[in-house]
Amino acid sequence: MPTASALLQYVISGATVGSTYGLAALGFTVIYNTAGIINFAQGEFVMLGGMLAVFALRWGGVPLPLAVPLAVLAVTVVGIMVNRVTIRPVRGRSPLTLIIITIGVSILLRGGAMLIFGKDTFALPAFSGGGPIQVGGAALLPQSLWVFGITLLTVLGMKFFFEHTLTGKAMLACSSDRKAASLMGIHVDFMVTLSFAFSAFVGAVGGVILAPITLTAYDAGILLGLKGFAACILGGLGNPFGAVIGGILLGILESLGAGFISSGYKDAVAFIIMLGLLFWRPSGLFGGSQAERV
Amino acid sequence: MNRKAVWFGFVFVFAMLLGAIAQAVEPVKIGAVFSVTGPASFLGEPKRNTVKMLEADINRSGGILGRPVEFIVYDDESDATKTVTAVDRLIKKDRVAAIIGPSISGNTLAVIPKAGAEKIPLISCAAAKKITSPVHPYIFKVAPSDLLAAKRIFQDMKNRKLAKVAIITASDGYGAGGREDMKELAPQMGISIVADEVYGPKDTDMTAQLTKIKGTDAQAIVCWGTNPGPAVIARNRVQLGIKTPLYMSSGVASKKFIELAGAENAEGILLPAARLIVEPQIPADHPQKKVIVNYIKDYEGKYKQPVSTFGGHAHDAVGILVQAIKDANSTDPKAIRDALEKVKGFQGTWGEFNFTPEEHTGLTEEAFVMVKIVNGDWQMLK
Repeated sequence: MPTASALLQYVISGATVGSTYGLAALGFTVIYNTAGIINFAQGEFVMLGGMLAVFALRWGGVPLPLAVPLAVLAVTVVGIMVNRVTIRPVRGRSPLTLIIITIGVSILLRGGAMLIFGKDTFALPAFSGGGPIQVGGAALLPQSLWVFGITLLTVLGMKFFFEHTLTGKAMLACSSDRKAASLMGIHVDFMVTLSFAFSAFVGAVGGVILAPITLTAYDAGILLGLKGFAACILGGLGNPFGAVIGGILLGILESLGAGFISSGYKDAVAFIIMLGLLFWRPSGLFGGSQAERV
Repeated sequence: MNRKAVWFGFVFVFAMLLGAIAQAVEPVKIGAVFSVTGPASFLGEPKRNTVKMLEADINRSGGILGRPVEFIVYDDESDATKTVTAVDRLIKKDRVAAIIGPSISGNTLAVIPKAGAEKIPLISCAAAKKITSPVHPYIFKVAPSDLLAAKRIFQDMKNRKLAKVAIITASDGYGAGGREDMKELAPQMGISIVADEVYGPKDTDMTAQLTKIKGTDAQAIVCWGTNPGPAVIARNRVQLGIKTPLYMSSGVASKKFIELAGAENAEGILLPAARLIVEPQIPADHPQKKVIVNYIKDYEGKYKQPVSTFGGHAHDAVGILVQAIKDANSTDPKAIRDALEKVKGFQGTWGEFNFTPEEHTGLTEEAFVMVKIVNGDWQMLK
């Protein structure tokens, strides 16, 4: 029978990894809310965040406190470019076309990262030193505290932005009705660009804060993207707060699944619980009931 | 019209003459198939380089049986179908006397029926036990089976009086193979497996599995996988404050592992590895010392990149094959095959090879030395 300290350990480990799922999910949500599409290159933004920080540090000789924001900034620029080069020229097409384009972008980014950085796995040093902190018999890495803190700040920032600023509200308006928003004088193209910038930003933040714990490689984005998407659905598509909670929940479910049932079926356990939940609440845990206009 | 016929006649005679000249110095043709590109390129590329380097060396010192040697190397792109095509081409078009490779187990298993049916000796550089068991008359291999590495780990555990082990293996081909080997071997060696955990090769956090192991009475942990999984496990173990000794498989015996895990997390980890990686610590009178030193010097001198134990497999395969051809005094595939089974006491980079009609691998668990990671470097244990 697992002890209470083991249980606590599963929850801490799960919540740490889950925070990245949550940040990836947040990225999905931001673009979905503005452009009405799912951006499947989201996982690649997470990967690029970690990889660029590693390379600024190793090849550029940039110190860590500078390499991290630099990497996040660079990925944000990549996000803007992705929209400019691939999404904007075909705007107005069906969401399916746009979604397929994002899948193409993800393959391109992954391939590019492989050619530039190579196929090896890399490690990023932790943001602050010191050994694990003991909490009730479970070990907590200082880096996990960074992960929780930065995730919380990002979520609160996003929530404030969407609910209390004009630009944030304008972005939401674009997703509700693009044409009406445009007629109201909202620059829809700019809002979509902004949403890509935001989504790349939060993805990259997730990538750099987790890289010291989990290592990173050119293909790390596939799994993170998938888990982030699952987290998004779990939390209710379109709800930034729900996306992050969904991510953390998914991480904890995985960890508990590995601990109590079988490590071989870790992913299956999490996804089965998720499927069950969706049968029970198709709009996700925090999604409002959707009314379809006919 | 007539002049044209005369012209053709000239060309024909000339071509015949050229053919005759070529016949006189007909090289010994040996085929090789390696995964030079694709996911297994870290295995295949050093092997290709090694074979090309040895080709030049052998020809500089007079070739084999007074004839130059020519290695025809094909890249299978880590793909089983392309491996079969390449072997087909080597046998039917290039008419090679023997084949070295492929570099990975799956590809080797795919071509065994082909090489076997055409009766061309094949020396695989891959590790799977299935390649040479059951023994096929024409199939040999130079890479020690993973079972031997597992045996070495369990021997070391017994020396330390550790009888209860927790295993944590990757859910890919390599990890699953190691898991099977350990489960088969443990009861024979008086070791009980008290926890059997699995992780996905792309997983980034194994604290859940390790927490579970921490709750058992395991006296040692054995992890079986290739990077980056084992590096994550090394980190998570220190993070959870687990003091139980950790053994790794030979799959992470490269400096990349220490770099990924971080020297402080890798400290004290034990693993079976080839002597090649601890070359400076091999005593000068050891029978493999000279061959390893020369290989490292030649390879690093020529390619300006660090030598790998995988290239060592190709080095040993070429050496064994050349000796068999000399012993047979013939390049007839059947004669080479017979001579291969009689190769005894061959000193390669991986160890001493002894082949018999029943034993087509030639190595024992002595091919592995136990190594401990100390201050971010290997320390050979004796």
